[in-house]
Formats: sequence, structure tokens, C-alpha cells
Amino acid sequence: MNVAILSPLDLSIAAALILILAGLSFNLKLGLESQILIASIRMTIQLLLIGLVLHYLFSSGSVWLIILVSQVMLLAAGREVRARLKRKLRGFFGYHVGVSAMFVSSFSVALLALLVILRQDPWYEPRYAIPFLGMLLGNTMTGVALAADRLTSLFYEQREVIEQRLMLGETRSEAVSDIRRDCMRTGMIPLINSMAATGLVSLPGMMTGQILGGTPPIEAVKYQILIMFLIGAGSGFGVICAIYMIEKHLFDDRHRLVLDKLLPAG
Amino acid sequence: MSSSSPDSPCLLVQSLRFADSGPYSFSLGPGSCTGINGVSGVGKTRLLRALADIDQSTGRVVLNGKDREHYTPPQWRRLVALVPAESRWWHPTVAEHLPVDHDQQQAVELLQGCGFEPDILGWDVSRLSTGEKQRLSLVRALIRTPQILLLDEAGSGLDRDNGELLEGLVSNFLGGKGAAAIWVSHDPEQLERVATLTMTMFKDRLCF
Repeated sequence: MNVAILSPLDLSIAAALILILAGLSFNLKLGLESQILIASIRMTIQLLLIGLVLHYLFSSGSVWLIILVSQVMLLAAGREVRARLKRKLRGFFGYHVGVSAMFVSSFSVALLALLVILRQDPWYEPRYAIPFLGMLLGNTMTGVALAADRLTSLFYEQREVIEQRLMLGETRSEAVSDIRRDCMRTGMIPLINSMAATGLVSLPGMMTGQILGGTPPIEAVKYQILIMFLIGAGSGFGVICAIYMIEKHLFDDRHRLVLDKLLPAG
Repeated sequence: MSSSSPDSPCLLVQSLRFADSGPYSFSLGPGSCTGINGVSGVGKTRLLRALADIDQSTGRVVLNGKDREHYTPPQWRRLVALVPAESRWWHPTVAEHLPVDHDQQQAVELLQGCGFEPDILGWDVSRLSTGEKQRLSLVRALIRTPQILLLDEAGSGLDRDNGELLEGLVSNFLGGKGAAAIWVSHDPEQLERVATLTMTMFKDRLCF
């Protein structure tokens, strides 16, 4: 089965729906029309550009180019994690924690999948490497950012509780144990819920894409199961990594809470 | 800047500085209760926080002949216990705020000394009044048998009877265990009742 080739006219019909939505927003005085239009234009340009990049990448097959692209993706994801925090971490550490957590959640897991599970020749086959890394980064970032955001917010809001627990002789780890558990759960639960709903409530994009592309449904499902396992595990590992890193960073070596390492809420 | 120098001080503080305050030097002898007053904002609470090693400070703080740096932070804070003006409670019941291996008999004595029946341990903390929380925060510190008790406005919001119970509990504790206390208060009458010595705090010194 061949993919139905989309013509510019086909895409224009779908774009017309967005124009109707923008018109409705104007009529209902929602004030979202310019945001809807700008976001749509941005999305179109970004995807066309990444289409060109992927086209070039797939045809060149250079390992160095793939490493470069994957590093750019990783750094961008790390930056995005930092940007989603209401109370951001001061200085370089904010990026460091984002990139490290995304490395654990996505980069290392994608590498494992490429080397041990998919075993393509060459192992960095860009048709697999880039989409896998992209899906892992995109899906685990939300959990990591949610958990990290809750941690920095709770450290600030519950600073008196943390300090009074320290005053009673608890270690820094004991004093924030409840907060730590809460934040790890916050980061992991959306993924667990999404695993539970997949196939019943939602049909994931990758699987749908593969089916549209002509892959037999059972093969597409197997890929989807693989990616869900990788995202689930990677997300959990990334959340745990981010929480421990931030927790350690916000205390000094005498187990004193150092909240001036956080920027004011913004 | 200086104060008593008993023969064998249990706490020795030399040139303590924190934020923009200090240097402060003083010592506390066993069984003593040093009252500290001073205008609002002068740094009384921060002095207690620096002594408990909750805030960063420089200078030398020695407990029983051993420098603070030789204790782990949890060890230090169990020995130099700060009871803050407003207590926070994080577990559902009162009992969960006491150490798992606490001495039951001692807990009963401390609770009764503060005017409570022992069944308050099973209470949900949301039932506690501000005054009850204040007295119980002293109990949860004393049951850990500190050597130095740092009291920040302890008993300031209590009625006369409960205030006296709290003061009695502290003086019994100091007498029985050879511990020492610093009691920060704005109430000169309270300091007159509880303190063996009272000092006034300024940005750069402590005066009699």
C-alpha cells in the first residue's frame, strides 16, 4: 500500500479550519487569533525545515552529522526543561540539570534501543535514530519538567517545614523525603496514565503514521509497544535524576537549605 | 560583645558573624538560661538560626570542647535544638513528630509537664490550637534531649497559666540534664522569671 501524497491544496483545506478557528476567536473576543495564526505558521515553517534537514540527513548518512543533530536536540530539550520551571535555578546549573535529566531519560535509552534492540546496520541508521530520539525527548520532557517545577515550588513554599525538620536533627534527605516522593509521582503519573489509555482512548501518532505509511498494524503495534516502554522507563529515570540533582543543589554541605539558588517566580 | 565565662562552659561562641551582624562572643554554662532582648529586626532570630547551623555563619562555636565542624549537621542540631516562634507540623498526628525510638515514660512526663494528657499524641495536628502547637513544639525538641536549647519567643502567645507551665518545664529540664538555654523574648517580665542572665542584642555586640 502506498502513502496518499498530500498536495498543497489538501493542506490548504486543513489550514482553512485553523482560519475558521481564528475567526471564531475574533468573534468570541477570545483574543487568541494572532496566537493561533502565529503558532500555525511557526509549526508549518519548523516542520518544513526539519523535513529538509531529515531529507539531507537520511541521504548523507554521516555519523558526525547525526551526532551533531542529536546534540542540538538534547541541548534544546534541556533548555526547554529549564524554561518550564516557575522558579528557575540560577546560573548554568539550570541547563545542566535539564540536559543531564534528558540525557538519562532519552539519549541513553535511545542508544540502548539502537544498539541492543533495533540492531540496524549501521547502528546509527538515521531513519531510526532521529525519530526515536525525537519521540523520547518530546515525551519524557513533560514529566521531567513537571517534577522539577513542583520540586522547586515546594522547596520554596515548604521551606519552614524543611528547616524545622532539619532543626530536629533530620538529614537533608529525610527532611525532604515527602516532597521528593510527591514530585517523583507527579513526574511519572502522566506517563503511567497515558500507557493505560493507549490503544483504548488514544491511538499514538507514531503507530498511526506507520499504518498510514503501509506497515501492517501488528508490526506498527509492536513498534508502539517498544516506544511506550522506552518512554515510560526513560521518563521515570529522567525524573529521578532531575529530582536528586536539584535536591542536592539546593542544600549546602552542612545540610542548610540554600534557596537563593532559585530565581524569583516569573 | 561578651558575657559570662563559667568555669566549664558547655557552649563557647567566638566572633560569630552572620549576614551583616556580629561579631558576637559569649559562653553558656551548664544549667544557665541566658535571656536575649533587643529591638525588632536586630537579628535575634538569625543569631539562633546561626547557632543551630540552619543559616551560614563564620566564627567559632564549640560544644563540650569540640568545634561545630566536628559534628555532623544532624548531630549538631539534635544537641543544639532551636524551637522556632511558629511551629510547623508535617505528619498527620502529633506522635509521628516524635522520634520512633523515644522514651515513652519521658514523653508522658514532658506532656504532663506542659499540661497535656498523653492521649494528645494520637490527635490529628489540625485539631491543635496555636498555643498547643507552641507547647508541643517544645516537647518535640526536649524529647530529643538537647544540650543547648534555643527558644525563639517561646510562650509569647500563651495565657499566664500555660506560660508558667512552659517556663517550669524548661527550668526543670535545665536543672536535671545540665543543659543550657538561650531564650529570646520581647517580654522583660518573662526574661526576669526565666533567665539567669539577660543581654541586649545590637548589630555588632551583646550587652548586659
